Amino acid sequence: MTTPLLQIDGLTKRFGGVIASDTITLDIPAGEFHAVIGPNGAGKTTLTGLLAGEIEPDGGRVHFDGRDITALSVDRRSHLGLARSFQITSLFHDFTALDNVALAVQAHSGHSFRFWHDARHDRHLREPAQAALDRVGLGGRARMRVDALSHGEHRQLEIAMTLATQPRLLLLDEPMAGMGADESARMVAMLRALKGNVTVVLIEHDMEAVFALADRITVLVYGRVIASGEPAAIRADAAVREAYLGEQEATRG
Amino acid sequence: MLYFIEQLLNGVQLGMLLFLLAAGLTLIFGIMDLVNLAHGSLYMLGAYFAATFAALTDSFVLGALLALAATFVCGVVLEVIAIRPLYGRNHLDHVLGTFGLLLFFNELVRLVWGPAGMTLSLPSQMLTAVEILPGVYYPAYRLVIIAATLAVAALLYILVMRTRLGMLIRAGASNREMVGALGVNIKLLYTLVFGLGAALAGFAGLMQAPILTVQIGMGENILILAFVVIIIGGIGSIRGAFVAAIIVGLIDTIGRAFLPDLLRAALSTNAALTLAPSLSSMSIYMLMAAILVFRPEGLFPAANK
Amino acid sequence: MTAPFALANPRNAAVAALLVMLALLPLYTALTGNTFVMTLFTRVLILAIAAGSLNLIMGYGGMVSFGHAVYLGLGGYAIGILAKEGINAGLLQWPVAIAVSALFALVVGALSLRTRGVYFIMITLAFAQMVYYVAIGLERYGGDDGLTIRSRSTFGMVDLNNKTLFYYLCFAILIANIYLIARLVNSRFGLVIQGVRSNERRMRAIGFAVFRYKLVCFVIAGALCGLAGALLANHTNFISPAMMFWTRSGDLMVMVVLGGLATPFGPLIGTVTFLLLEEALSRVTEYPGLFLGPALLLVAIYLHGGIEGLLARRAR
Repeated sequence: MTTPLLQIDGLTKRFGGVIASDTITLDIPAGEFHAVIGPNGAGKTTLTGLLAGEIEPDGGRVHFDGRDITALSVDRRSHLGLARSFQITSLFHDFTALDNVALAVQAHSGHSFRFWHDARHDRHLREPAQAALDRVGLGGRARMRVDALSHGEHRQLEIAMTLATQPRLLLLDEPMAGMGADESARMVAMLRALKGNVTVVLIEHDMEAVFALADRITVLVYGRVIASGEPAAIRADAAVREAYLGEQEATRG
Repeated sequence: MLYFIEQLLNGVQLGMLLFLLAAGLTLIFGIMDLVNLAHGSLYMLGAYFAATFAALTDSFVLGALLALAATFVCGVVLEVIAIRPLYGRNHLDHVLGTFGLLLFFNELVRLVWGPAGMTLSLPSQMLTAVEILPGVYYPAYRLVIIAATLAVAALLYILVMRTRLGMLIRAGASNREMVGALGVNIKLLYTLVFGLGAALAGFAGLMQAPILTVQIGMGENILILAFVVIIIGGIGSIRGAFVAAIIVGLIDTIGRAFLPDLLRAALSTNAALTLAPSLSSMSIYMLMAAILVFRPEGLFPAANK
Repeated sequence: MTAPFALANPRNAAVAALLVMLALLPLYTALTGNTFVMTLFTRVLILAIAAGSLNLIMGYGGMVSFGHAVYLGLGGYAIGILAKEGINAGLLQWPVAIAVSALFALVVGALSLRTRGVYFIMITLAFAQMVYYVAIGLERYGGDDGLTIRSRSTFGMVDLNNKTLFYYLCFAILIANIYLIARLVNSRFGLVIQGVRSNERRMRAIGFAVFRYKLVCFVIAGALCGLAGALLANHTNFISPAMMFWTRSGDLMVMVVLGGLATPFGPLIGTVTFLLLEEALSRVTEYPGLFLGPALLLVAIYLHGGIEGLLARRAR
């Protein structure tokens, strides 16, 4: 029985009097495509922050590949192989798409105390960056400035940046928020291509995508895990149905 | 011993003045997210207005009241004309813009009142020394400063904690957009807060005028002390400003008064005399450095943001 | 800024013209006997070096330091104090000036670079004022009145008292400064710094230990400005606490913004503009602040990108 890649153990976070995360416990084996869903206010964003290292938990532990990362900083987690994409795209707007991804490559190419050579002509940075852009379908837009790209392209760029860091686990925070049908389909196809190669924790609202991609699903309500298991089981779960009362996606095929 | 008590009270008095300035600064920063370098200019205007009006009306109290009103009005006008365009900008724009205002006010004061500075005399009762403890005398006016500032602090507390305006201020400090969304007239709120800050600064300026100084550029030095107070106390926190102001006032005053003697006892006279003034003026910055190491958010960090 | 240097572009043409003018200035002085101009522009060159170092951290790095003039003072006082104690050799003085500045930057940076933007502005201001007060307390080195330096730094055969030679030395150091910073900001290190200015949160998320890079950048900027301070002390043969009074830091910020943040020649353009403006205003009126003040406010409100930005926009 191999150790799960990500072990979340009793993770708790309070903001004033509100419990945002309530003793969340979850194991995610390597290679799994795991989705986390829940109604608004369920604490999904807080969970993302806790896993990424931006928020300090009040209780509980997180283990990554057997190692306790609970106190580890954001950048150190990235170096261990835990990459995170942002729900509201967080890019370098005054740079080109290629620059953006190249920075992500650079972060994982040793130290950056190099003061002389033009980094924009560094093959070791530009080539992997171009490759990551190609992988998400943005290859042709590499030299465009970020503020000239569309919203959907921003989201693709978000993913490209996380992929460029050669992650073992991708933490994707609502990557399909605000996307139209076409763009969503493209994103789903791209995510499907990742399955098996990298472990994915997908935080999402888009039920179609979730049920199309996930190996297992965890449902959060008011910061607590109310159900966790295979898609079929989740769809049939009474507590989940109750939580999503009126939510049509959960009952659709 | 007597000297020590006197210096202690001087320290508290300086702390009170710093509190008035820091409170205004921290309010303006907490609510409008604005770094205001021209705050010292309002302090200066308060002093100049007081000196002018007191001379005109031949009454210190009347002069002070008029000066307070005038500074408040200046603050409001300044906010509407020059500060509003800066809201929402990055801090560099704030620094540049308010730095320009600072230069402008220094020059304006020089134009209107001349380069020499002014004096403000007190009515004779205030000049007498009061016996606060058996055998310990302290100038009445300095006690007035302490008392008046404590009163203002109490009023400020009531304002912020018990009135509707205060509630808006506290709400605005933790969530600006929300307050705007609630339909509150944000523009008016900001103007009032700025005016309040200006009045506090002007009050500090006019109160210290009789015993310290009324001259061009007087705002700059104390403004920096006020910044140190805010850093130590925590940005956005009035309570923090109060505690930090007293601490800074005490350390600065007592440091300057006693450190040279202490150093002279420890070192040879020449070296001590050379270093003493420098070292004692460094004491509050050392405190600030220590706070930055151990508690960078300040002693009483404001809840959110 | 890696675009090819085309002279047809108004911005580049202006910069080229400026550089040519600066290079030929001593010739003008020799022909007309107007030494004041050379003195003024030597100061321009030195402050442009200082402004360039501030542009590195503030323009490219987004670290708004309101205490940058302290390094002018530290560098200058290193020269002045050593000179007073009988050490005039430039090869001893100048490295000390740079080292002291770098060390101070290291300490201040370590204490303040983890704090939020506004705190950082106030903290750098406060520490700079602290040094100012320390300098005032140094009776032996002039205290409030300052200290005259009888002899400029000696470099063997090179006589820095020769104004023309000194001018070209400053010019050479300025050009070297501009070139080095231009290379730096496009290097791996420079991209990290620019990335931090653009989106610090994302930089951490992709794996950069942001603090150490900011600190190194801060130290480099401090060291460069310390060199400018050494030059300034030599230029004026005088040091005083006023070199690092906080309004001087404000002046430096204005020069950087006026010229255009995060551009290679912006600091030079800004310094020239600011000092000439200051000079012109003080001849025209007894109250230059009445115009300079509101002008700064207007620049802050309307002139994003400074003058270089204006020229660049016309180029597009």
